[in-house]
Parts: sequence; C-alpha cells; structure tokens
Amino acid sequence: MSENRLEVRKTYKLLINGAFPRSESGRTYEVLDAEGKFLANVAQASRKDFREAVVAARAAQAKWWSQSAYNRGQVIYRLAEMAESRHGELAEVVEACEGVKAKEARKSVSRGIDRMVWYAGWTDKISQIFGGANPVAGPYFNFSVPVPSGVVAAIAHPANSFEGLIDVTFGAIAAGNSVVVLASGDRPIPAVLLGEMSAVSDFPGGVLNILTGNAAELAPVMAAHEDVDGFDIGNIEANARVELITSAAGSIKRVFESEGFDEANAVRRMRTFIETSTVWHTKGQ
Amino acid sequence: MESLHSQLGGLQYDDAPESAAIAKIKNEYGLFINGKFTDAKEHKSFLTINPATEETLSQVAQADSKDVDAAVQAAKRAYDKVWSKTTGPERAKYLFRIARLIQERSREFAVTETLDNGKPIRETRDIDVPLAAAHFFYYAGWADKLSYAGYGPDPQPLGVAGQIIPWNFPLLMAAWKLAPALAAGNTCVLKPAETTPLTALLLAEILQQAELPDGVVNIITGDGSTGAALVEHPDVNKIAFTGSTGVGRMIQQRIAGSGKHLTLELGGKGANIVFEDAPIDEVVEGIIDGIFFNQGHVCCAGSRLLVQESVADDVLRRLIRRVEQLRVGNPLDKNTDVGAINSAEQLARIAELTSTGEDEGATRHTSTCVLPQKGFWFPPTVFTNVSQSHRIAREEIFGPVLSMLTFRTPEEAVQKANNTNYGLACGVWSEKGSRTLWVAERLRAGVIWANTYNKFDPTSPFGGVRESGFGREGGRQGLEAYLNV
Repeated sequence: MSENRLEVRKTYKLLINGAFPRSESGRTYEVLDAEGKFLANVAQASRKDFREAVVAARAAQAKWWSQSAYNRGQVIYRLAEMAESRHGELAEVVEACEGVKAKEARKSVSRGIDRMVWYAGWTDKISQIFGGANPVAGPYFNFSVPVPSGVVAAIAHPANSFEGLIDVTFGAIAAGNSVVVLASGDRPIPAVLLGEMSAVSDFPGGVLNILTGNAAELAPVMAAHEDVDGFDIGNIEANARVELITSAAGSIKRVFESEGFDEANAVRRMRTFIETSTVWHTKGQ
Repeated sequence: MESLHSQLGGLQYDDAPESAAIAKIKNEYGLFINGKFTDAKEHKSFLTINPATEETLSQVAQADSKDVDAAVQAAKRAYDKVWSKTTGPERAKYLFRIARLIQERSREFAVTETLDNGKPIRETRDIDVPLAAAHFFYYAGWADKLSYAGYGPDPQPLGVAGQIIPWNFPLLMAAWKLAPALAAGNTCVLKPAETTPLTALLLAEILQQAELPDGVVNIITGDGSTGAALVEHPDVNKIAFTGSTGVGRMIQQRIAGSGKHLTLELGGKGANIVFEDAPIDEVVEGIIDGIFFNQGHVCCAGSRLLVQESVADDVLRRLIRRVEQLRVGNPLDKNTDVGAINSAEQLARIAELTSTGEDEGATRHTSTCVLPQKGFWFPPTVFTNVSQSHRIAREEIFGPVLSMLTFRTPEEAVQKANNTNYGLACGVWSEKGSRTLWVAERLRAGVIWANTYNKFDPTSPFGGVRESGFGREGGRQGLEAYLNV
C-alpha cells in the first residue's frame, strides 16, 4: 500500500450455516505471521459453536444430496472460479501465514484451486464408479448406489494452510456429505477467506462450515459428538489418535486416518465417507 | 361348506424328518491350525449342544492366547511363503474347488448346521448351504481379475485377516469372510461362534480335501476371550467382525491406533414399510419372512413393521392368522417354519425384552403353538400399540418378535424408519415403483428390499450404515475390505 492511507482491516469470523458469527464464547486468539508479527484476531470456536455447526450441517446435508450431482459439481466449480478471481489475495495470505516465497504461495494456491476443480468433476462420477447393477440369481433388479455417510467433521492440515484444507473439505462434500472443518490453528486466514468465497458460490448454508480455534480443544468434542458420521483425523499426530478413535467408536464413526495429498489418498477419503446402499426390486408382470 | 372347512382344518402334516445320521459329527474336534487338527495347548474344551434337544453334539477345543498365536503365526508364514506367491488364477482354482466340495457335501452341511444351530432344515438346505457355495464360486472368479475391480491397476492384499463370526448363519458367515479374503490374496484366522462351531470345522475338512496350502486358513474355536486375543494379536493386519454393535464398538476401540484395518457388520432394527396399495397376501408372506426367518436371529430382520393406517387392521388380522399357521418345532422336520432359539442365553434375552413390551403398554399377540418340552423355544410374537420410544421398537431383540407401528404419509414412514441409530436393512412394499424409489432414496440403510425381504446373493453388497457398522460383504464392493486400497 503505497497510498498514504490507513488500511481497513477485516474481522475474521466463523462460517456456520452460511452466516459469519463470532464465537458464541466471545473468545478470540491472536494469529501471527511467519515472522511473529500480528496478523489478526481470529474467533476461537467453542464446543457449542461446533454443536451448532453440526445441527446446520445435518439439515443442509439432506438439501445438498437432494440436488442433482451435476448441480453439486457446478457449485464446487463455482467456488473454484471465485478462488481463481481472488488468486492474488489468497496467495498473499498464504505467503504471510506460511512464510514461504511469493512464487511458492502462488503455486500452492494454484494447486489447491486445481484440486477443487478435480473434485467438481467427481460429483457425477461417483455413482457409476463405485456403484452398479448386480446380477443376482433371481427375479430381481438389484443395484448399488453410493450414498454419503452424512455429516463429516475434519481437521485441516496444521502447516499447509490453503492446499491442505481442500482435500479434507471437498472430498467429503463432493461425495454428498456436509462438513464441519477446523482450520489450521496457527494459519487459519486462508481458510476463512475461502469460507467467505463459498458464501457467493451457491452452497446451501450449512454444507460447508469452517471453524477456527484449537484442535486440542475441539478434536475430542468432534470425536464424541453422536450426530457426526465421519471423522477425518489424517492431519492429527499419530500419538493423539488413539484417544480420538476410542471416543469416535462410541457411535461407530467412519474414521479416516491416512496422511498425504496424493490422489490415491483423496479417493480413499471419498470412499471412507460414502456408503453402498443396495436396492432389490422385484421383477414381474 | 362348513363341514369341508372342518375337515380341512383337521388335516395335519405327517412328520417329515431329515435323517440326522448324515451329519457324521465326531465326538471331539481340535483346532484347525496350519492344515491340521491339533489339540489346544492347555487341553481345554467345551461342549456344543443341539438347542432343539439340549443333547450334546460334540466336544470342541477352547483356544487360548497361545493357540491364537500359533494360528496367526501359521497364517503369517503361509502368507509370506506361499499365498502371496500364489497367482490369481491358482487362487481362483482353489476357491472353485471349495465351492464344488461344499456342493458335493451339501446335505451333510445342512443337517450339521441344523443340529448345531437349531434353524429349520428347509433353510439350511435351501439358503445357508447353497449360498455359501455360491459365495466361494463368485469370489473365485475375482481372484485373477482384481485389477478390474476399480481399486487401481494392482491392488494388494492386507496380509493376515482375523475374522470373527456369529452363530446365526455359521457356515454362510464363514463363507462371506473367507471367500473374498482368499480371493484378494490374504490368509485367514477364523473364529466361529462358541455355540455353533461344527460347520466351520466341517469346512476345515473341505479345505483339506481341496488341498489348500497349510496355514492359508486356520480355524480356532473358543469363547469371547479367543476372539479378544485374535483382535489384539500384533501380527493380524485386518479384523472383520460380524456380531453385536456393543462388541463391534469395543473392537473399534481396542484396535485404535494399531493400523489394523477394520470392517464391522453389526446389529439392526430394520423397518418393513407397507403402503396401502401393496398386494396384502404377498405383504403378509414378506412380513413373515422378514421377522420369522431363522427365528428372527437375523441382523437385518424386519423387526419393526410400519403399516399405512388405512390398511393396518386388515394387515394385522391376516398377519395374526398366518402367525398361528407357522409350524414351530423339530428343526430337522422338512415342514418346520420356525426352529429352536440358539441358546438358553439368547432365549433369556428375548424373554426379557419381550416382557418389557408388555410392561411398557404394548399389546402382545403370541402364537398358541405347542412348544417342545426340551430345548430352547420362543413362540412367534407380534406386538401392536407400540410407540417409537418402547424398548421393543428401539433395541435389537434378535428373536421371533415383531413390533407393529402405523403411519399416514410416505414422509412419516421415512421419518419413523430412520428413527434409530441402526441402519442395516429396510423393506418397502408398494406397487408404485416411483414411490418405492423415492422412499428407498431417503432410507438410511445399507440394504433395501422392495416387495421382498431377506434376500441374499454373493453379487449383492451387504452391510450397514451408522451404528450397523461399515464395510460391505458381497459384490465387487466386498473386495475392498481385504485390499490395501
């Protein structure tokens, strides 16, 4: 800003049910850039914020799944368009949060946006790739349809602030789930920015909920919540997982615990959060 | 007319018993480890009885943690040295052999199963055993076609699979576990249920006849402690469990952080939804199949009947009449519809839950059939005036007990059907295909039967959503449980 003017700073808030509330707890925490300089005060989501997000996610999931697969793909693609048009802004915050070179930050944002486009193309392929007709021995038409598990809680990558958010969020969403994702604790700003873009991308409110806060505080709450169907802890350190899985088993959650951003892992995550529903229908005159 | 009716009413079926002699059950069985029957290290054993007569059938070895270790080590050796080097086409031929051998000895299997489990011979003969053979035949063909299964160009097995199965379909569950695991290239340690070990041990003889390499399949009999030792063994790479949600939850907790792969096929409280346009006579047969098949010892049983209000009285009247006609008794009799409850323990649980039905205000209709003096029996029972909060509408009874509720609109039917933590199976009865598909799309269940119930096929994926577990058995999807993908 060479202009001799005081910049207008933004308040970074949560994304719950399509709205941008502060934490109901009133808490915030300081986010610093890679050099330790103050960047922003960010909302510190509470247990109750998470519960409200789950209520919103549950209601939104039915709406999201009732839209056509074509339509869901277009909505995700729309978000990629929004992100592309604000590519520079995203790269700036990634650079500030992660302390990487500008060129690296731009590349990381590009990869993240390209991955979103990849997910946009998955929505109307999943049924054919993972489902199909089954030749049962009898007078029945039998077919298997992949359906979403429901509500998925996810923890984003702690270091990779934008790219590391994309898989944990859109793998589940492309498969028809709704998601409550906890952004990187130290580097949450790119996630908040993406949340703001999602509000103008035709997502039904509550399909994508983004919280900022402390993973050590919120992960056990996610694990224990009985109305959460899937739990993505691939970005949680291995020694912290045992307790979380033990708690998640209380309601037989689908737990995803593979690390990494490769394509095989992305497909594995989608498979984790889909269920095969098989229908037998009698044939006759 | 009246005299004709009384004459017909007086007609009785003659006894038509299958001969028990074909079963050739031995006096005692060891553990099947590394291709041989061996004694348990501590020489402990337990008795398995015929639940229809309470007579002892055989004495079976009780495996402890040392025996489990021996079985797992045998499976690991067989995986490293033999099975992982056996080509897909060769694995396929072993599985085809096993399928054929089961078919050859199918009557022996059926009678043994009926004796050990208490289920009617009509079911073991027509369903359990043929489906078990079909399952091996189906997965045999996958063993050399895994690269076409949709899990990448060269999907790899997991290693040693520990498989724990329940007592309700002993042979069939063994087939559901072993066939896909072996086709995918894993080796197995199978733990049959404590009360029904015999057909798995008979299957071990088949594996010997098939000359399956030693250690590729190991079968260890025992109680819950045997299963726990298997779950916790560090050299087991995969646990596949079928049983109660309570035990499934414990297994998921025990192996947390171990890196073991897991699939769970757990309990259910299936809704059988009847719309007013459905053909009532077929519906009544479907309701009967849904809840009284296998004495209701079925995780996917249609134990909650949801009937549209306009036809509820008619359905109930015909249902009660049909329940009275069910033949309950000697499982070896070819005309028997409902056999024995599998164990005294299960009978006590059914009786306890059923009594809460009356305590909570539901109306009980119980068949007046005469029950045998010895053995474990429970008469087919239907509850009406059931509310959604009653224990009999929420908890899995795993017995011949049906709870009937009503609804007015399709929305209400879906809402009531989904009002459970389970999500295994549902039935929908309607002549209107578009409505059936609308309902099916909204039901949270892994299997939906439209105008039928309790149908199974090796090509058709089976398994639950929510607290009914995760993973599928059957079909292409059933391979995923045993591949490292």
